[in-house]
Parts: sequence; C-alpha cells; structure tokens
Amino acid sequence: MSIQPVLLWSDVLLFVLMASIGGLSLWARRQDALRAAWARVARNPVAMSAATVLAAFVLIGLLDSVHYRARLPAQPGAETRYSVEVNSALDAVLADLRQRAEKTYSAPLATHLFAKEALENSAQREFPRLKFGGAHLGADLAAHEFDIAVRVSRGCAAGMLLWLLMASLWCRLADLELIATLKQLREGNQGSGAGNPATGAVFVTLLGILLLLGIAISLGGGYHVFGTDKVGQDVLYLSLKSIRTGLLIGTLTTLVMLPLAVLLGILAGYVGGWVDDLIQYLYTTLSSIPGVLLIAAAVLMMQVIIDTHPDWFATSAERADARLLALCLILGMTSWTGVARLLRGETLKLRELEFVQAAQAFGVGRFAIMRRHILPNLMHIVLIALVMDFSGLVLAEAVLSYVGVGVDPSTISFGTMINTARMELAREPMVWWSLVAAFAFMFALVLAANLFADAVRDAFDPRSSA
Amino acid sequence: MLAYIIRRLLYAIPILIGVNLLTFALFFVVNTPDDMARMQLGVKRVTPEAIQKWKVERGYDKPLVWNAAAAGSATLTDTIFFSKSVRMFAGDFGRADDGRDISREIGSRMGPSLAIALPTFVLGLFVAISFALLLVFFRATTLDFAGVVLCVAMMSISGLFYIIGGQWLVSKVWHLVPISGYGGGLDAAKFLILPVIIGVFGGIGSSTRWYRTIFLEEITRDYVRTARAKGLPERVVLFRHVLRNAMIPILTGVVVVIPSLFMGSLLTESFFGIPGLGSYTIDAINAQDFAVVRSMVFIGSVLYIAGLLLTDISYTLADPRVRLQ
Repeated sequence: MSIQPVLLWSDVLLFVLMASIGGLSLWARRQDALRAAWARVARNPVAMSAATVLAAFVLIGLLDSVHYRARLPAQPGAETRYSVEVNSALDAVLADLRQRAEKTYSAPLATHLFAKEALENSAQREFPRLKFGGAHLGADLAAHEFDIAVRVSRGCAAGMLLWLLMASLWCRLADLELIATLKQLREGNQGSGAGNPATGAVFVTLLGILLLLGIAISLGGGYHVFGTDKVGQDVLYLSLKSIRTGLLIGTLTTLVMLPLAVLLGILAGYVGGWVDDLIQYLYTTLSSIPGVLLIAAAVLMMQVIIDTHPDWFATSAERADARLLALCLILGMTSWTGVARLLRGETLKLRELEFVQAAQAFGVGRFAIMRRHILPNLMHIVLIALVMDFSGLVLAEAVLSYVGVGVDPSTISFGTMINTARMELAREPMVWWSLVAAFAFMFALVLAANLFADAVRDAFDPRSSA
Repeated sequence: MLAYIIRRLLYAIPILIGVNLLTFALFFVVNTPDDMARMQLGVKRVTPEAIQKWKVERGYDKPLVWNAAAAGSATLTDTIFFSKSVRMFAGDFGRADDGRDISREIGSRMGPSLAIALPTFVLGLFVAISFALLLVFFRATTLDFAGVVLCVAMMSISGLFYIIGGQWLVSKVWHLVPISGYGGGLDAAKFLILPVIIGVFGGIGSSTRWYRTIFLEEITRDYVRTARAKGLPERVVLFRHVLRNAMIPILTGVVVVIPSLFMGSLLTESFFGIPGLGSYTIDAINAQDFAVVRSMVFIGSVLYIAGLLLTDISYTLADPRVRLQ
C-alpha cells in the first residue's frame, strides 16, 4: 500500500456530523411538519442557490478532510516508512498547484516575479521570469494576453459543456424537454422545472460555479490565478485549503456546545426551582465575561498546556488539529449561553401546554416528558441557532487569528491568510492579491450561509410564517 | 426605585464572585504558575532558579489558597488567590510584566478608547435607526428589498476588510487623514475621524436589519392602525408612534453595551495605533501578559453587569407601564 490513511479528530467529528445530518434528514422526511418546512426552503430560489454554493464549499471541505501520509521512496532492506507530512485528498487533486511554488511574490497571472533581482548574466536588476507561471510561453511574451484570453474562453466552453451535460441529465431524469426548459429558463419563467421555482436558480448558480471552475482549471494549468505569496505558494491553493478550517469552526463549534445547551436549557425550564437558579447563575456568569476576552484567556491557557506537553502529538498536523478542536470547544463554551437561555424560555411556555400536562396526568416520568414531548418541539430553535451561528463563527475565526488567539499559525485559514497578507500592504507597490482572495472566498461563503440561514429561519420560525 | 437598584446591585455580587473564581481557576489551577513560567521563559532558559525568579517577580510564589506557613489571618491573605483575585474587587490589579501599575494604565487608556467608541456608538445608532425607518417607510417595495440585500451583503463582509480597505483607500490613496497614531486635544480629531466612520460603516448591515425587524413587528399593532385610521400621515405614524413604542426592544440591545464602550474596540485600536484599552488588551495577549488579560476579563464583566442594570433602569424611563418590583 503506497499510502497510510490518517484520521484526525476533526475529520472524525466532521464525518460524524455529516452522518448525523444524513440520519436526521431521513428522520425528518417522515415528519409532516418538518417536511413542510423544508419544502418551503426548497421552493425558495435565493435559499436554494445559496445552498448550491454552500454545497460546493462543503464538497471542497470534505475532500480536504480525507487525510493520508504518502509512503517515502523505499530504501532497499529498510522497512517501509511514511512521510511525516499529512496530506489530504484535496492536496492530491491540487498537487499541481501545491508543488509549483515560486520563489516569492508574483501578481495574479504574471509571468515575472514581483520584485527586481540581480540576474546572473546581466549587470542590471530585472524582474526574473517565474519558474511555472507562464513558463509554457517560452520567449514569446507578446502572446501572454492572447494566451490568457484563449484559456479563459476554453475554460468557459468547458464549464458550459459540463453544465449542459448536467442539465440534460437532469432533464432526462425529470422527464423534461431540454430545449424547452432552457428557453423557459431564459425567459425567467418561474413555472419551469417540474413546478419548483427554485430549480432555475439552482441551475443558474451551478452554471456560474462551473464557469468559474472551468476558467480556474484552464488558467491554473499555466499561471498562478491569484498570484503567489511571500514564500511563493499559490494563493488559490491557500484559499481552497482555508475553506475546511472555516467550515469546521462554523459547524463543530455549534455541535460541541449543543448537547450542553439543550440539556441545561430544558432542565432549567422544566424542573425549575434551585436547578433553574443554579443553571441561570451559571450562564449569567459565563455570558457576563466579554466573549473575545474569555476566548483569549482560555486560548492562552490552552497554549500553555500544548507547549508544556509536546509529547502528546505525533505530527505537527495532529498538534494543529488539536488546537483547532480546542478552539472550537472554547468558542462553543462561550456561546452556548444564548441558546440555553432561548431553550429555557421556550420550555417554560411548553411546560404549561395541554399535551405536556396530559402526559403528566398519565404518570409519564419527568425525563420521558423532556425527551419525548419537550425536546422535539424545541428542535426548530436548535436548527435556527445552528445555521444562524455559522456565518458569525466563520467571520470570528479571522478576527481571532488576527488577535493572536485563533488557529495554529501552521493551519491554513482565512484568518492566517489575512494576518500574513496584512503586512504586505505596506509594500510599494502593494501586494493585494492574497488579501483580496481571502476576503472574496470568505464573502462568498458567509453570504451564502447568511442567505440560507435566513430562509431556514423564515421557514421554521412559527412567528415569521404568520 | 432606590430599593430596586440596591437589590439589583446585590444580585451582581455573586455573579462577580463567579467570574472571579472562574478567572482564578483558568489562570492558576488549569496551569500551575510553573507551567506558565516554563512557557514564557522558553525551552532554553528553563532552570529551577529562573522559574523561581519569574514567580517571585510576579508574586506567584505563594501557595494557591491556603498558606499553612503563615500565622493568623495571613494563612488566607498571603496567597495567590487573595493577592491576585480578591484584591481585584478593590480595584487593585497588580503590575503588568513591564512593571507598570495596571490600574493606572487602565485609567489613562480609557480616554482614547472612549473617544473612539462613543462617537461610533452614537453615530452608528443614529444612522442605523434612520436607515431602518427609511426601509420600513418604503416597505414591500424594490427599495426595501434592495436595502435588505445590501444589509445582508454588508453583514457578510469581514470587519477586517472594512478596516484594511478603508485605511488603504482614505489614507493611502486619497491621503486625507494620517494612517494611524493619536494626539492629544483637538489634534486627536484627525486621527479619530476615519476609525469612527469605519466603525459605523461596518456595523450598519446587521443593526439596520435588526431595527427593521423590530419596526416591522411594531407596525402590525393596533395603535398603528388607529393612528392611520385617524388620517395621520405615514411619516407621523412612523416617527412619533412607532419609533417611540419600539424603544423597549431597542433599549434591550443598546443600553447594555454603553458601559462596555470604555473597553474600546480590539481591532480598530490596534489597526489605527490608538493607545486605548483595546490595543492594551491585544498587546497583552500577544506578549502573553497574564496579569493584564486577567484584569481585563474582570473589568469587562463588571462593565457588562453595569450595563444590565442600566438596561432595567432605562425601561422605567422609556415606558411608564414597566414597574420595578
């Protein structure tokens, strides 16, 4: 076997999360109320096009969560050894981008380095050629712009072709006439696509994603699409790698705090008395500490623990992963208070309703009532909290990394990208591309998440549908 | 009223004790002072003498909560818990790693923090409420829709982008104001104007959306229908009736942050080089100055609790129906 699979803790949790989402959606299909609410989301064009973008991000993140260690070239007589470097499936897909490192900064699509250097065979300082960016042009630099135009149109064509292929496949499955459907789509006919107004939006979004993908692949074959950073790494590669970190922080944080928030919120609301007082005291105390400061204090202490126990981690990837998880845990510990408070209030209301009192009259036990009658009626709040928190957490990661209490500096994330790129702004002329790339990717992810979260909230919140 | 305030103040005490115990546990129990010394001194210079010296310099060489060697009340007072945690209630935060008195440092840095945070807060409130009222005035039109879309888009942009982008555009390209720095007196205005504008701009998206939801909820009430039935113009309905009645939900979210304005803003202050409490905190985090971070956590929660109290009092001022029990 030429690779050794590596399962990082965050991978495990991410796959558990995916599996539980799958399981929950199977369960939700059988619940009429939930199915109706999700159907409302599915008919919302904005939400579905946001979901398409999110799905693309999740796909990249999942690819980046399959980790392995490659086998080192075999030494005769020695036992097989594996590289200390932990790579992911995404690294394998992007091997080209990862390995074609330049010496230092170069602008997007450039053929030359960004800074002048003294060349060997001339006395003057010149911009040296890039090792990979535009290397296929040879000496024919005049063809640079033409080459870019050709590659862009080729990428567009490929993306378009792929899209048509997918559209026709879908039409075949949905038993529709392809040409007629496309015509309807172009005319903005809301009735197109098997009666769901969102289908058109999904396909338009898909077209956009595929076009960008086609252009990126076709340009990326010969250039650094977003330029290179200080040590010559491709910025597009860094941006794609950052997605996993953002997704992990956005989802795992809520996941780790959810059991605690749900348990304490329901207990406080249903049991009441001194239990209620104690739990309220607990979350009032925690929430009275400003979030950033509590996180900073906790992260500082976590750094002390990690630094004084270097023997806990076999590879640096494992250490970075542990730090990422600890950050999720800390963020979760500081943010569960809001959800617990909401759940307590809602439980107080539910406790007085007839069906709960009927259950009490039948002699159903306390915990059975909480589990069977209260919890299912709180699920919409939990779901809304989950999707609403996501975008805020992705943004918070960047800020925390800037403050110095974010992810491990060796973890590629939007925060670390921005943090290193910030220093380069002072250069003249400015190195703007890694900053812009990080912000653009983050904007797309957060905007899609916000739009989707709004639609989910509108569909599930009983107050807003009234 | 007075009795109510006193009772609320008494409620605050157990919470502050809880915060104090929590920070004590976080900073001294999770990691022993020895661990912190080892981390700060680095791997190379760690000798038992160096660790001991580091601990003595900071007063961390005492027992945690119980000093068996001391006599009388000193068994409790000559400990880390008493000297580092209990004394915070008296406003004594000890010394930072550079030897300066933290309380004095905080006192001198509150001014610059407030000079940025207060105008940002007032201006932001004004802009967001006017913008939200405008959207509600044109509700269910294309303008409203475009406004909401703009808000969501602005919410989705990282706060760092506003700061970095604004600094680049205004200071580097247009050369309107200095990039960073701070001066005393009127001179400070030219350093403050950009951070304030950026702060207002960055907060508009989410707060406008929030106020718009509040106003839209308020506008379905009976008194609004009555006002319209009387023939009042929509302008009067919105500004005189809806705005006033929406005060309660607005106050809930707004008043609580007022005391925390003293803490300043971490990001803005460090980007613009303003010597306030926000940049003090960031510097302390980067230098791993545990004493300063611990003090800021404590002050932050004191201010937050003060904010909660102010919120309750402001209800009675805004709405005579609310009676404090």
